[in-house]
Amino acid sequence: MSKDIRIKKGLDIRLVGKAEKTISEGPRSRTITIRPSDFHLVTPKMVVKEGAILQAGDELFYSKSQESIRFVSPVAGTLTEIKRGARRVITDLIIEADYNGGSKDFGSLSASASSDDVKQKLLSSGLWPFIKQRPYDVVANPNSEPKAIFISGMATAPLAADLNFTLAGKEKELQAAVTALSSLTAGSVHVSISGSESPFAGLSHIKTHVVKGPHPAGNVGTLINKLDPVNKGEVVWTVAAQDLVIIGELLLTGHFNPERIISVAGSSVKTPKYYKTIIGAEVATFAYDAGIEGENNRFISGDVLTGNKVDPKGALGYYANSFVAIPEGDDYEFFGWNKPVFDKISPSRALTFSWMQPKKRYDLDTNTNGEHRAFVVTGNYEEVFPLDIYPMQILKSCMVNDLDEMEALGMYEVAPEDFALTEFICVSKQPHQQIIREGLDLMYKEIG
Amino acid sequence: MGLKQNLHKLKLKYEGKKMAPAFNALHTFLYSPNETTHSGSHIRAVDDLKRTMNTVILALVPCLLFGIFNAGYQHYLATGEIEAAAGFFSTNFWNWDNFAMGAWTVLPLVVVSYGVGLLVEFIFAVIKGHEVEEGYLVTGMLVPLIVPIDIPLWMLAVAVVFGVVIGKEVFGGTGMNILNPALTIRAFLFFAYPTWMSGDKVWVHQAVERAGTPDAISGETILGSYAQNATVDYDYMDMFLGFIPGSVGETSKLLIIFGALFLIFTKIGSWRIILSTLVGALVMGLIFNGVVDAGWIDNTSKFYGLMSVPFWQHLIIGSILFGAVYMATDPVTASQTNKGKYIYGFLIGFISIMIRVFNPAYPEGGFLAILLMNVFAPTIDHYVVQGNVKRRMKRLKVKTA
Repeated sequence: MSKDIRIKKGLDIRLVGKAEKTISEGPRSRTITIRPSDFHLVTPKMVVKEGAILQAGDELFYSKSQESIRFVSPVAGTLTEIKRGARRVITDLIIEADYNGGSKDFGSLSASASSDDVKQKLLSSGLWPFIKQRPYDVVANPNSEPKAIFISGMATAPLAADLNFTLAGKEKELQAAVTALSSLTAGSVHVSISGSESPFAGLSHIKTHVVKGPHPAGNVGTLINKLDPVNKGEVVWTVAAQDLVIIGELLLTGHFNPERIISVAGSSVKTPKYYKTIIGAEVATFAYDAGIEGENNRFISGDVLTGNKVDPKGALGYYANSFVAIPEGDDYEFFGWNKPVFDKISPSRALTFSWMQPKKRYDLDTNTNGEHRAFVVTGNYEEVFPLDIYPMQILKSCMVNDLDEMEALGMYEVAPEDFALTEFICVSKQPHQQIIREGLDLMYKEIG
Repeated sequence: MGLKQNLHKLKLKYEGKKMAPAFNALHTFLYSPNETTHSGSHIRAVDDLKRTMNTVILALVPCLLFGIFNAGYQHYLATGEIEAAAGFFSTNFWNWDNFAMGAWTVLPLVVVSYGVGLLVEFIFAVIKGHEVEEGYLVTGMLVPLIVPIDIPLWMLAVAVVFGVVIGKEVFGGTGMNILNPALTIRAFLFFAYPTWMSGDKVWVHQAVERAGTPDAISGETILGSYAQNATVDYDYMDMFLGFIPGSVGETSKLLIIFGALFLIFTKIGSWRIILSTLVGALVMGLIFNGVVDAGWIDNTSKFYGLMSVPFWQHLIIGSILFGAVYMATDPVTASQTNKGKYIYGFLIGFISIMIRVFNPAYPEGGFLAILLMNVFAPTIDHYVVQGNVKRRMKRLKVKTA
């Protein structure tokens, strides 16, 4: 069933601080934080009040626009605080965890369950938010009919968790999840894998595809574009591999188990390695267990290209399976624009010498290495962008809010993460992912 | 350390003020900024626009140096004070007298070009409240290299103001312009002051002043000689190495080739444009050679001189090579799609030679061809991108059918 896909365009960014393949456990997180902003465009409608005592799996809120989509508490405990931001938007739900508080039993589901049963189970147990859809890269609409479901079973992003390692031994859960998902689509469940060592390699009800090449070979968007691009009016669903484990476990046991193995990596981490933790855990529980060098660091929930900045007192994101700490780059550099550079990555050779050491690992900080400018250089995005789309043209169409042009150029097919590499190499330091996100939001609002 | 801290304090003081862009331009010239990523990717590659532009300038420096020596060399050669250079490293060329004379005439051009151009850029940046963009760093270097040596400085200043304002700022600054600003400046000079931009008197220092006196010297370019069906008294090696009269920086084909290789190696210049421009020029040259060989025109025709130039020789006379390497590759005004770049470059080469042959009054067609294709570049891109759009539409139709 396997068909090889080979990507030529792309860029492997090698960074210092790759996680060593050992699994540790830090102290248990005292609180769990759920940030509704992780679920893009979902407006939460709370069903519990501050102070409520919850079991793991108890509903916290549902989506205002799609009431069947429920969001549950990953742990038992007390909802101590609902933090609100500007215009009373809910920013954080903080649950003081009680690890003996019990867990709601949703009941297991047999492998032969009908698609309606599966859908109902996923919605009622709060698993649905793990399913995202394209177009728009948002939580999937349960009423849509996906033409196929795509899963990336390999990660190529810099310092990303090695899925072959973190998912090892979870074949039973993965199988339960993909079997259930396969009943939800008329098409297939496509999974990209790195090779036969992948935990997905032996599973049934899926089509596996070996994808080779540099990053973004492991992005689900690349898989979609190469196999079955999204046309106007079509919908595909995507699920992250680590979330399949949670789905599978609930279908097998009836309990929502938010446990996941994350990589804790980056040049500011003293002993980068893997940690067993749970969704929404305080980053301090593993970050300081692994050790952090220096004071001035950027903590990132997710990978360094697409993750979110978090406070040292903040929490892991809902979807994140990695945590990265790198130095902040808020310093000036004397003649930084014209002197030869040996210690930073560059796609060009303009007195930059990273091309001489393709295997070297670099210690990059968060400095932009230049100021924001208008688009000037052309042809360089294409070098790292494997999708059959004109990256600069689609970005410009987003910037001028030209809906017709966005649609014609393939906006239905893309997610912000597909533009992480073009953003990384952008000479004009344009915020590509933000531009694409705003473009998608506009389309969602205007076209729906 | 003191300088860094003081500048940082000044930056905070200027923040939000009207003069902030001007201060920041100077500040970021000394220190790359302390800006960190706010959205999306948390890390960024090291290349920025300053570095990109700086690379182009580095590629131009050999041309400028050669131009300085050549300015002196052509002057002393015409006055008969020195012998012709034999070989690239001849001391008849690389000597102090040539350099001193050349520097005295060329450096003022550089100073005026940068001074006036950057002043206009700063004024616009302050008025419009955006950062000073780096585009002019390259333009300012190109301008002195593509004008005749004796162009009066006030003319250059007027042209630079025109070129930067009309060629660039009215469109919104660097990245938004349609026409290459350096070529806009040259076109302005050419049409406003034609006597200073063509003929046989402007290419050698003091040739104009001495005209009509017993010390008269002449400096016809090779293209000029061809256009008048006159004999050309330079051999191919002189043309290739650059010991010929011409605009300041465009004579040495050898150094331009080195510059081109540097730009291609650093991935700053588009090899697609450079290659296809040269191919386009060769094809047009071959067609004209074919016309001559077929006997359709004879040596009484006014086009005969240039049409009969062997096709490959077109590349080492005039400014076609300089244009292909440094002008056509300007990413803002060139085609922006990779496929479009082939078409764009090919047509530049093709039309350059066509204008060169059919316009004996002013045989240098390179700059007009590039400006023309600058205008058509968005159209080329449009059709290339439509190819992608059509493929997407077709995919949808197959699905729904």
